[in-house]
Amino acid sequence: MYDLTYIWIGIIGFGILMYVLSDGFDLGVGVLFPFARSDEDRDIMMNSVAPVWDGNETWLVLGGAGLLAAFPLVYAVFLPALYIGVFLMLTGLIFRGVAFEFRFKSEPGRRTLWNWAFFGGSLVAAFAQGAVVGTFIQGFETENMRYVGGPLDWLTPFTVMTGLGLVAGYALLGATWLVLKTEGETQRWARTWAYRLLTVVMVFFVIVSIWTPLTDAYVQSRWFAHLTWLWILPLLTIVVAAALWSALGRGREAIPFMATIVLFALFYAGLLFSKWPYVVPPDYTFWDAASAPESQLFLLLGVLFVIPFVLMYTAWTYYVFRGKVRADAGYH
Amino acid sequence: VELDPILLSRIQFAFVVSFHAIFPVFTIGLASYIAVLEAIFYRTGDPHWARLSRFWIRIFAVVFGMGVVSGLVMAFQFGTNWSEFSYRTANFMGPVLSYEVVTAFFLEAVFLGVLLFGRDRVAQEVHLISAIMVALGTFISSFWILSANSWMQTPAGFEMRDGIVYVTSWAEAIFNPSFRYRFVHMVLASLLTGGFVVAGISAYYLLRGHAVEASRRALKMTLVMLAVVAPLQLLVGDFHGLDTFEHQPAKVAAMEGAWETQEGAPLLLFAIPSQARETNRLEVGIPGLASLILTHEWEGEVRGLKDWPPEERPPVAIVFFAFRIMVGIGLIMIVVAWWGAWLLLRERLQERERYLRVLTWMIPLPFVAVLAGWFVTEVGRQPYLLYGMMTLREGVTPSLTGGMALFTLIGYIAVYAVVFTAGVYYLTKLVRHGMPLPEEYLEDDTGRAKRPMSAADLPLDASGDLPPN
Repeated sequence: MYDLTYIWIGIIGFGILMYVLSDGFDLGVGVLFPFARSDEDRDIMMNSVAPVWDGNETWLVLGGAGLLAAFPLVYAVFLPALYIGVFLMLTGLIFRGVAFEFRFKSEPGRRTLWNWAFFGGSLVAAFAQGAVVGTFIQGFETENMRYVGGPLDWLTPFTVMTGLGLVAGYALLGATWLVLKTEGETQRWARTWAYRLLTVVMVFFVIVSIWTPLTDAYVQSRWFAHLTWLWILPLLTIVVAAALWSALGRGREAIPFMATIVLFALFYAGLLFSKWPYVVPPDYTFWDAASAPESQLFLLLGVLFVIPFVLMYTAWTYYVFRGKVRADAGYH
Repeated sequence: VELDPILLSRIQFAFVVSFHAIFPVFTIGLASYIAVLEAIFYRTGDPHWARLSRFWIRIFAVVFGMGVVSGLVMAFQFGTNWSEFSYRTANFMGPVLSYEVVTAFFLEAVFLGVLLFGRDRVAQEVHLISAIMVALGTFISSFWILSANSWMQTPAGFEMRDGIVYVTSWAEAIFNPSFRYRFVHMVLASLLTGGFVVAGISAYYLLRGHAVEASRRALKMTLVMLAVVAPLQLLVGDFHGLDTFEHQPAKVAAMEGAWETQEGAPLLLFAIPSQARETNRLEVGIPGLASLILTHEWEGEVRGLKDWPPEERPPVAIVFFAFRIMVGIGLIMIVVAWWGAWLLLRERLQERERYLRVLTWMIPLPFVAVLAGWFVTEVGRQPYLLYGMMTLREGVTPSLTGGMALFTLIGYIAVYAVVFTAGVYYLTKLVRHGMPLPEEYLEDDTGRAKRPMSAADLPLDASGDLPPN
């Protein structure tokens, strides 16, 4: 019998990373919204993500449906366990989507409501996604492939911290994105925030790195049982964070955003390999969670055909949208 | 009060899916209409067709955007509230639902952008092909969704091992026994919905003397289509009913309000069914007609609900009334469509103000009919999620409490109320603003990719006075 599980881990893993990176920076722009210097800057911020944000969210829908198809156990445990969190995330995303469209179509004087809806929706969605990460680390109370825990098990001091950590992380992505896409005073403002947020993100990184092995014996054994190549990840994280800091200082425009993407990829890899091969910790591996081989194969054919087109379109969108954004560049 | 998570989850699912369904059912029909307009424009080069097409593309973009937003919740709803069902049926439902998503993405990635923003930037042929592909894509999307739904109604092509579905034949599972009837029925419903909205808004413009030539043409072509499709839908609905009679007789019994198994069963025009007392009050019926329709014999046997134990009967009153609402609206549509065709033949369409006014009132009816139809088929298969194999109780999320379900139900109602109000308000604005001439559209020289919703650039506080011509 053939086993496509590795391929599907790759596809879903790639899809989730794409989602986190791309929706991450536009959620981050939303999180930074109330701190903007002026409404004119807010126009610039929104214009900078306007052409891409809804395409970014399509990865989320693909991830949701793909999980049901490839790893149904993940779908059937995560969603019940995170019932309230998923609800908050979805309503947050919907609110900011609506705010996005209608802020553009409102008179400049009447945008306060939409500004707050955009901020609130982004904040709630980012926090909920961070709490999902925390819940994954924390593990799920399951019995016989079913979630049997309570409705608010996902909300603990640890997950609140990962939630806030991801809010800061997304805001960092947003700030470095704005460094890339803006100029002048706006860019200086974004750079100031990038410094602050990088500091906050690294603090969260250290806390999570210490907290997790202390509370999770499996993660502890993965890291400390013997010297492993995993240690490359935190070392690289520190190197990249330092490079990001210095790139901000040297006034570089693209490197900070790139470096933040690499930071996220490193966190993501660290998370995955700390728990490997478990996907519904502490009990079930990717292979326990996988769907039947014939089902994995059936969908694989369609996905392999479509993903190149989606990627090309995504690349093209970003390509035509390259360069600096100004407030008056009518983008709505 | 004991909150029942199953009941609340059902209400939530019904609410979310009903709310979502009204957008795609309209965009599927409208996409085909836009493709037809583009094709005629390509052949004739007559600017009236371009004017119509540009106007409807803007409406399409907004409705499509609302469909995407409301559909986001659907992707997660199966897991949050029906995790047990999702887990057990994932080997079929997962790939099929994913194929819908994949189709939609492919469509959006490749053709939607060209249709919405590419008119002045790509060759006319490419734009036309994009319009056709978008229309085709909406059909393919509904193909997958209706396959998944039909499979839940008439499961096929799989075996159960340890309570988990394993697909043995993709062809049998995808093209399960009720699929083709449901699919055609739904496609025609989309054409009727798109058609009556276009007809209603064209009539509205004619009544106000706005865009007279374009609106006249739009109304004519739409009425011809409706005059054919409305009666065709009755026929297809009948075939669909016969298929249901074969595979889900309990649903048909509820539709007919039949409690006793009888030969020569009457077609009830009205009744008030009572689940508890297992009987109807105030029956008005035509003797023998139900048997004739379902078995094609006056004395054919129609099984009554008492053939099934009470816990296996669907909630009769909802199915019974929803069915009559759907059929009633269907008949009204036929009458209105043929009335219009008759006026058209006598070339007296424009003078008949009363008829044009009736057309504007028709706009909400197809939406009501579509939702009523879905209520018939979904409520009518209760208590099963997977017909005859898995009940609601077996499919609901085990850890779900009534309080959680109530919390999210209220939440989704609040969120959707905002989305719906904002969307309909804006759509009304677009319609009230009228149909701009092709040269009135803002020249777009940014040369950049954009979001679908940005295809409609009318400000929220734009004037609502229709310009003449």
